[in-house]
Amino acid sequence: MSYYFTILSPTDTPLFNIAFGTSKGGGDGIARFRFPETAQYMNQFIIHSSLDILEEAQWTNGGMYLKHIDTYPPAAAYITAFLTPSGARFLLLHQPPHLPSSTSTSSGLGSSSLLGTAGSTTRASSSSIAANPTSPQTEEAVRQFMNEVYESYVKTAMSPFYKQGMEIKSPVFRTRVTAAGKKWL
Amino acid sequence: MAAPPRHATMQSISNGSTAQGTDRPQTQQTPQAQLSQQSPGLRVPSNRKTIYDRHLNRSRNAELSRASFAFLFGEMVTYAQRRVTGIQDLEKRLNEQGYPLGLRLLDLLFYRSTSTSSSALSSSSTSSSPPNRPLRIITLLHLIHGPLWRLLFNRAADALEHSVSPDTPNEYMITDNDPMVNTYISAPRDMSMLNCAAYVAGIIEGVCDGCGFETKVSAHNQPTELWPSRTVFLVRFGDPVMEREKVLERAGVK
Repeated sequence: MSYYFTILSPTDTPLFNIAFGTSKGGGDGIARFRFPETAQYMNQFIIHSSLDILEEAQWTNGGMYLKHIDTYPPAAAYITAFLTPSGARFLLLHQPPHLPSSTSTSSGLGSSSLLGTAGSTTRASSSSIAANPTSPQTEEAVRQFMNEVYESYVKTAMSPFYKQGMEIKSPVFRTRVTAAGKKWL
Repeated sequence: MAAPPRHATMQSISNGSTAQGTDRPQTQQTPQAQLSQQSPGLRVPSNRKTIYDRHLNRSRNAELSRASFAFLFGEMVTYAQRRVTGIQDLEKRLNEQGYPLGLRLLDLLFYRSTSTSSSALSSSSTSSSPPNRPLRIITLLHLIHGPLWRLLFNRAADALEHSVSPDTPNEYMITDNDPMVNTYISAPRDMSMLNCAAYVAGIIEGVCDGCGFETKVSAHNQPTELWPSRTVFLVRFGDPVMEREKVLERAGVK
């Protein structure tokens, strides 16, 4: 499972982003997306395209954690959203490993050009957290992750040197997010 | 370049007994690795504790000295008063000082009510589940009237009213009989219109804006016999908010 996490300000400015892989089930925490190295912008493209759906969901669901809101089938990318009360959006894109048996290291990059084939096969493949992005266990794990990031975000926002809409550059914040990802995802 | 040699010596100290000859190729690689980890330019306090190590609930029940608050607020008013053209300008500046505070308080308020079992938000139905973001005007105003006021002043506001005039359905009023910010402020006679609670109005505006409700908030003096410094905060929602409110009402969103 590979993850791409991004924080967007209420005015759609990207404040923070990070790509990481799963650490559960023997994962080494390195992101292996199905796109080639040269097409990593696809993650941003997919994640930002879910903003329309997020803005609709925002006014029907009053919770902060909006769960899984969008799927991009060609890349088998699932997007989960969390909204802070002050309007910042946390978006997490997750992409399950390509084939159920090939969670080992090199497969993700090797098959990177096959964008269209993955969708339905991976969804049914396994019930583990890593491979099944829509299961309740995954939703719960992501919720825990989001809550932990939210805590760090509030701490950032409370800093008198931080203005809303500023990029979050603190390496400590990045470490915290990485640690939360390692712990829950 | 002073950095590489320093790292080289640190490396040799930490490695201690290893021979210098074998140590050499290692030191070529490690400075980069160390630098990328520690990220130069980041200064950490001497006790190694950053803001991320402090718990947000630690100061939850801590109280602030009223004297120091009065002093600081007095200084803020003086600061805002420099080079202003009139009372309106002064109030606008106070409002702008309060606005960022409102945005921050909103996040803090929700964080504190999610992380503790005894929820501070009256709008949430159960104490264990996290409170909902306000979607409708009434929930938002209750949030301000109750939890926000308690966070700021340790008590709820005194009244919450809707404008009775049919021309202005977008106007709401929050009343504070004795605003804490005005306790130690007496405006001169020629500035009797001034209300320094414009700062609090700015906070309210920040909270509303943060929640996605475009608002203009202003503070007005409305003294009564009993409460000479009674202040009314007039909350005026923008047209897009009122339109959305109608849509949400039809959709049955609460």
